[in-house]
Amino acid sequence: MMKERKSLGSIFLNGVITENPTFRLVLGTCPTLAVTTSAINGIGMGAAATFVLIGSNVVVSLLRKFIPNNVRIPSFIVIICTFVTMVQLFMQAYLPSLYESLGIFIPLIVVNCIILARAEAFASKNSVIASAVDGLGMGVGFTLALTLIGMIREVIGSGTLFGIQIMGAGYEPMLLFVLASGGFLTYGLLLGAINAIVRRFQKDKHVEGGRA
Amino acid sequence: MSIRLSSAPHIRTSASTQSLMLNVVIALMPCVAAGVYLFEMSALAVLCVCAGTAVLAEYVWQRLMKIEVRVGDCSTLVTGIILGLTLPPTLPWWAAMVASAFAIIVVKQLFGGIGDNFLNPALTARAVLLASWPAHMTTYIDISRDHIADAVTMATPLSGENVVEYTYLELFQGAIPGSIGETCKAAILVGLVYLLITKTISWRIPVVTMASAFVSAFVLGMDPIHAVLTGGILFGAVFMATDYTTSPMSASAQYAYSVGIGFLTMIIRRFGAYPEGVTYAILLMNILTPLLDKYMPNRIYGHGKKKEAKEA
Repeated sequence: MMKERKSLGSIFLNGVITENPTFRLVLGTCPTLAVTTSAINGIGMGAAATFVLIGSNVVVSLLRKFIPNNVRIPSFIVIICTFVTMVQLFMQAYLPSLYESLGIFIPLIVVNCIILARAEAFASKNSVIASAVDGLGMGVGFTLALTLIGMIREVIGSGTLFGIQIMGAGYEPMLLFVLASGGFLTYGLLLGAINAIVRRFQKDKHVEGGRA
Repeated sequence: MSIRLSSAPHIRTSASTQSLMLNVVIALMPCVAAGVYLFEMSALAVLCVCAGTAVLAEYVWQRLMKIEVRVGDCSTLVTGIILGLTLPPTLPWWAAMVASAFAIIVVKQLFGGIGDNFLNPALTARAVLLASWPAHMTTYIDISRDHIADAVTMATPLSGENVVEYTYLELFQGAIPGSIGETCKAAILVGLVYLLITKTISWRIPVVTMASAFVSAFVLGMDPIHAVLTGGILFGAVFMATDYTTSPMSASAQYAYSVGIGFLTMIIRRFGAYPEGVTYAILLMNILTPLLDKYMPNRIYGHGKKKEAKEA
């Protein structure tokens, strides 16, 4: 249990930056690689996962003293499934084209390890408000990461951004980037770049005598 | 008489990375000459763009990263020339540039530079091009017989859709559609002989790869002579599979590696979606190289078992 109460702002930023699920925790890589062929897919996947994260974190937190320890994982999964089903039906009804392009990866949010990880590591030990903020922060971090990867892959692989042609007419898209190998490549390069930036940032902090 | 006392090593050679790489550059020259003779200026342009971009990319990267600039060891020049030789002569200059920069920066430098890349940079760049712009990578110049030097989407003798049946001699001489450096088998063999005489490479990988390809083609019911004379198998076996960094170290591992390349190439040609499989066969065996090094290591002098020594 946490002794000192963390501010809600720091919980939020923890999800977006310090423990960004995609770039710092490297969780949920399957949807990250599979759906980020375009920026809009990245946002759609991120938004769906964010909704599920907030919902499941709130409910898990509400029920945290009620769920017996032995059956907590199945209970979490049932809660997560509920929210995923809601997202799935909602998307199918109102955003059919996005639903089509995300396909199987919408139901697969159930097994997205970010969501179970936050239920297990945070929501089952913290208050409802803090859990909701944690879900929001993690969701926003996930969405930003997916959108970034999606933008890079879309610009290079299709010459468009959010569906709008931005490269000149003579540009011949580098198809590799919308293929699976391009996904791994983009993700790996971004991961490396962000690690390098973080390391430099932490080194500066150490020089100043503070602890990161 | 003065006796100098010093610690090991006592025997040194003058070979350096630079001298070895220059040997490879010299060995590539017959292929370059044949390619430029057969495909004329467009081939020369592709080769220059590839080699120039590779060297420039390595120099700029090493300056930006503030690490030692090692362009002088010529390994990058080799990568650039080899990459150029595996490309069709009609490839647009920007595609050649992207591929060359990709080979050096992503495949070589990001994994730690010379000696630390786990894939052959030139081949990986070629695979990237194949995945990115397949149309450009399969447009070949028809230079056979009637010698129409027009860029047409033209099947190589491998695809089996060709009306023209080439004789073995034509395949050997290289006046056939294909990538710049791979068509003239005579030039590749000259390069191989030079590499063997200068002991830049051992005979093991090229010879075993070709033997394996020959036998595999025969077993799979293809014409084995046609199989080893078409496509890039000979070029790959001599110049790509023998890359020091991405091929195994011990003799036994090298046998396994080479047999694998020949076999996989023929499997891909026979059953795969692509007409040619050398690129993927070598890359696959590159990936297996650390495993082969682990399970078939060189016996360290004084360690391990020699059959008689075991009883002592």
